[in-house]
Amino acid sequence: MTAPTRPPAVRLEAVGLSYGRVRALESVTLDLPAGGVVGLIGPDGVGKSTLLSLIAGARRVQDGRVEVLGGDMADAAHRRAAGPQIAYMPQGLGRNLYPTLSVFENVDFFGRLFGHGRRERERRIADLLDSTGLGPFADRPAGKLSGGMKQKLGLCCALIHDPDLLILDEPTTGVDPLSRRQFWDLIDEIRGGRPGMSVLVATAYMEEAARFDWLVAMDVGRVLAAGSPGDLMERTGTASLDETFIALLPEEKRRQHRPVHIPPRPPAAAADIVIEAEGLTMGFGDFVAVDHVSFRIGRGEIFGFLGSNGCGKTTTMKMLTGLLPASEGTARLFGQPVDPRDLGTRRRVGYMTQSFSLYGELTVRQNLELHARLFHLPAASMDGRIAETARRFDLAEVLDALPDALPLGVRQRLSLAVAMIHAPEILILDEPTSGVDPVARDALWQMLVDLSRRDAVTIFISTHFMNEAERCDRISLMHAGMVLVSDTPAAIREQRGAATLEDAFISHLEEAIGGAEQAPPRVIEPAAAAVPTSAARRFFDPRRMFSYTRREALELQRDPIRATLALLGSLILMFVIGYGINLDVDELTFAALDHDQTTTSRDYVQNLAGSRYFREHAPIASHADLDRRMRNGELSLAIEIPPGFGRDVARGREVAIGAWIDGAMPQRAETARGYVQGMHAHWLETRARTALGDAALATDFRLETRFRYNPNVESLVSMVPAVIPLLLLMIPAMLTALSVVREKELGSIVNLYVTPVTRLEFLLGKQLPYVGLAMFNFGLLAAAAVFVFGVPFTGSFLAFAVGGLLYVIAATGFGLLISTFMGSQIAAIFGTAILTMIPAVQFSGMIDPVSSLQGAGAFIGQIYPTTYFMTISRGTFSKALGIEDLASAFGPLFVIGPVLLVVSALLLKKQAR
Amino acid sequence: MRASHVWDLGIKELRGLARDVMLLILIVHSFTLSIYTASTALPETLNQAPIAIVDEDQSPLSRRIVDAFYPPHFLPPRLITPAEMDQRMDAGFDTFALNIPPDFQRDVLAGRSPAIQLNVDATRMTQAFSGSGYIQSIVTSEVSAFVQRYRATATPPVDLALRARFNPELNKAWFGSVMNVINSITMLSIILTGTALIREREHGTIEHLLVMPVTPFEIMASKVWSMGLVVFAASTFSITVVVQGFLAVPIDGSIALFLLGAALQLFATTSMGIFLATVAGSMPQFGLLLMLVLLPLQVLSGGSTPRESMPELVQTIMLAAPNTHFVMLAQSILYRGAGFEVVWPQLLALAAIGMLLFGLSLARFRRSLK
Repeated sequence: MTAPTRPPAVRLEAVGLSYGRVRALESVTLDLPAGGVVGLIGPDGVGKSTLLSLIAGARRVQDGRVEVLGGDMADAAHRRAAGPQIAYMPQGLGRNLYPTLSVFENVDFFGRLFGHGRRERERRIADLLDSTGLGPFADRPAGKLSGGMKQKLGLCCALIHDPDLLILDEPTTGVDPLSRRQFWDLIDEIRGGRPGMSVLVATAYMEEAARFDWLVAMDVGRVLAAGSPGDLMERTGTASLDETFIALLPEEKRRQHRPVHIPPRPPAAAADIVIEAEGLTMGFGDFVAVDHVSFRIGRGEIFGFLGSNGCGKTTTMKMLTGLLPASEGTARLFGQPVDPRDLGTRRRVGYMTQSFSLYGELTVRQNLELHARLFHLPAASMDGRIAETARRFDLAEVLDALPDALPLGVRQRLSLAVAMIHAPEILILDEPTSGVDPVARDALWQMLVDLSRRDAVTIFISTHFMNEAERCDRISLMHAGMVLVSDTPAAIREQRGAATLEDAFISHLEEAIGGAEQAPPRVIEPAAAAVPTSAARRFFDPRRMFSYTRREALELQRDPIRATLALLGSLILMFVIGYGINLDVDELTFAALDHDQTTTSRDYVQNLAGSRYFREHAPIASHADLDRRMRNGELSLAIEIPPGFGRDVARGREVAIGAWIDGAMPQRAETARGYVQGMHAHWLETRARTALGDAALATDFRLETRFRYNPNVESLVSMVPAVIPLLLLMIPAMLTALSVVREKELGSIVNLYVTPVTRLEFLLGKQLPYVGLAMFNFGLLAAAAVFVFGVPFTGSFLAFAVGGLLYVIAATGFGLLISTFMGSQIAAIFGTAILTMIPAVQFSGMIDPVSSLQGAGAFIGQIYPTTYFMTISRGTFSKALGIEDLASAFGPLFVIGPVLLVVSALLLKKQAR
Repeated sequence: MRASHVWDLGIKELRGLARDVMLLILIVHSFTLSIYTASTALPETLNQAPIAIVDEDQSPLSRRIVDAFYPPHFLPPRLITPAEMDQRMDAGFDTFALNIPPDFQRDVLAGRSPAIQLNVDATRMTQAFSGSGYIQSIVTSEVSAFVQRYRATATPPVDLALRARFNPELNKAWFGSVMNVINSITMLSIILTGTALIREREHGTIEHLLVMPVTPFEIMASKVWSMGLVVFAASTFSITVVVQGFLAVPIDGSIALFLLGAALQLFATTSMGIFLATVAGSMPQFGLLLMLVLLPLQVLSGGSTPRESMPELVQTIMLAAPNTHFVMLAQSILYRGAGFEVVWPQLLALAAIGMLLFGLSLARFRRSLK
């Protein structure tokens, strides 16, 4: 039903794109008709998603021209204008949704981004939730929805602003067939209400593609063919789209393809049961992942588990392998209950996990060797076995390559080869073919069939492809942790009188669910008029900003671990640093080697022992004793008083006392030296006064030292006000940086790319909740300083609080700045730690005043916000100052925060590269 | 347990590490450049202290005092008026302000013992104490030298012959370099083993191992020996080449004994890395946890400030940390030349802490996979 009179919705001219050295798209030239459903078909990694993200404006155009809705997508002005007419749902179940937010809150977030007023928003959300049947689940967190419901929610979020072009990237992958069918019915109904809307879909399911209006077949970044499904099948003379796709592949690839041939099972083996499950149950908290599952599988059988993502297939397999202990029921392999400690059974089982789980840093050969060794293959036959395996699985040519450099199909072959290296009798394979292209998939299946029929290997396999399920000897249909039916594919079809296995599965699903989860869809089209698009073009819209603030605050509130760790962490660190970086040195251990033993010598020792700086240990007996006790660290100071000391002092003869301090720790030794000299001088003075009276004390001058602000020179009074700025920088900066980088890593950053929200709104919106959290932290730290550490607060608290607010704005702004450079969360953590810790500790006046610094350190100190808040903190805590006294520190602090925010907004990218 | 598994899996870890260029750079950097720069950059006790002088006397003696302050201990003094003094100290510009009263020189020569006022910003602990000592002795020696030209003074009858043992010049680099090596050992061994385990868990390879005839004990032991070996080799190089060679720090005691201690410390910290990885749910959580653990380990172990000056409770708690014992052991062996008969309690403590952490991780290992 392409309307030739309408201009195409999308026009691509020689579009190309590279990720580093990998070419993802190569000169794609296409016109996609408007007003219909256009499907992109092809296996994973052929460039479908890349193409869709280019069309949605989420990715920057590299080569060629992408024209969408009559404008060039490389032009930012057109993107801004066309953005609100395009809706984009990226790949992955609920990838652009927020799992801790409820269904309503998710849709509401998008409504706010598109600038709808409150009434308008609530009406639209109610309509959308009703029509998709999500109404009854409005309060459920998105993360707790089933795959099908997540996709419907994604659709609601995409449709909130009545788009003209709806882009769906693999919306039904991993979703059960009933939800899949309902999803497409929903799309049809919506299109019935809005006939002008164009829909662009990527899919890996060929059955689904058959109902689209127009198809584009893709392989390795190129377009193989385009046309209506009937047209394509006719052109290639094939009966199903799967075959059509294979026929469209280039000659060399097609040549490798062999149809899978399955010989019948020899009946004799059937009696020998090797895998048996009885009432197998697994609960995680109050969620039951697997609910009383039972089956018996005979030797050499290919047994399939068919079901959607999250229906319990993987959990069942993990219980069979002993990775998870079953909460209830038993699993038996070879007649023995599964026991994770039984190493003997493990040698007879091979397991292949869902995603590629071999060592990417080892070559193919090293991977094979490692597993061969771990399975104790005899050293003599190992090389032969590896060579044979490599030949059998067609890996001989890539033996020295790293797995990451190989295509997905080859990697899956390697996984299978590794699982088979020890010739196990049972193979447990968890979705081994997902994402693999049809040719490689059929080749893998042929290997499995050969293993089963020739070597009588029992194969337990899970899949969500119907045509693969057809190849199994028997299958179990699974849904929500329960087995719906278990039989041969033909018997399941016949029993339901269904034409295809999919129909039979749907019929079973409908029976199991009984309409409980599925409120009847009711299509009410929102009035297409009154769309307030004026807000979309505005440069700064507080509503869009607060939309992000609200969402971030909700997420923070629902992830208490993060907030607690942040608050508790800073308190812990305050205690550690407050007590740890302690510059008071007292209780130094000392002992004397007194050769004299007179009143005078004992008086000298008493003089030291009486001070709070020194603690006396048992007297030293000899030089050897002195040496030993200093070596083992018992004594920090040793005093040696020479023989005849008392007599010489009395006669005024020159005499010297020997003192040794432990220099192993120079800082402590330095202080100890000062103490000893002081005590020595004090002793002399006292003696002189008793002997000669005050007249002898006339010195040339007196130095009156006033220790200001901290008269007792206490470490805590000095350190605690300096630690607060340090902690208020590190942790808020890290949390803010993580909040942005998390969106990049998890994929929800795409909402920044494709909605009208501006960079400044996005950043400021995300910054505000963390400013709030940091101010709460500020209050906690200030209270701990005054009430726990007992540091007197002498100045204006208002000045301290205002300084604190300006400072946390700067600190979170610094986090935003860091986030624009970092791609992964772990990099953000280490990056923030390095960029905050060293400048804040060394260049901001915590230890050495900024005026003492030179060169780069001095420059960093002058522009770093911590310097100024350190002055404010010390000034208000210890120096009794107020706002006007500290004007020179407030000025720069006032400027730094906004500058950081603006720089971050300029550096943040509004499109993926 | 099969030794061959532990060996094979350990070789696998080493091969993996060999391909991770970023981590290799991090290891090399932390044991060479980082040690070198951190140790040579340690300032002397008093470095470039800002001082201001109010000279109300304007006499030859007062000018002589002003000229006696110069880098590196002090910045060249700034001459200010009495009114400026409070304001500058409030703003934190100066740590010291010396006020020489009018007629100071005349009063000194007349034997009237006039007073000089020294104001110290005591919130700057690092400079306040030692700085005022320096200022006292500088002013005293200038005044005495000036006075000596006019009249002779007596030397004190009892002399104090004060010497520092083990590090006669109290060179901070001697101490700092070895403490930095210890910090690098702790940090890298925890990061390497912890991230190695979390990576295996995130990639699913750990499950792959656990369905093979391999036990959690073998997996953990392989990580401990391989990552421990890497850090051990790096720290041996660092102590012998960087510390003894480039930094020319004389080492008194037995390096072999120190390395034995390092091996036990590595056993404890690699086990701690595994333990933290079993506690953390994900890489970001591991990162946050790492900060909360590393900082107390470094600050409170006695490597940066003396243990004696910490509260009793903190000292007791820190006895559970391997670093505390390793720092004690390193100071005894490397500086004081202590032998086995002195450090055996620390060696024993390290081994015990290591075994405890290893046992705890082993108990948590399977549970942490869920």
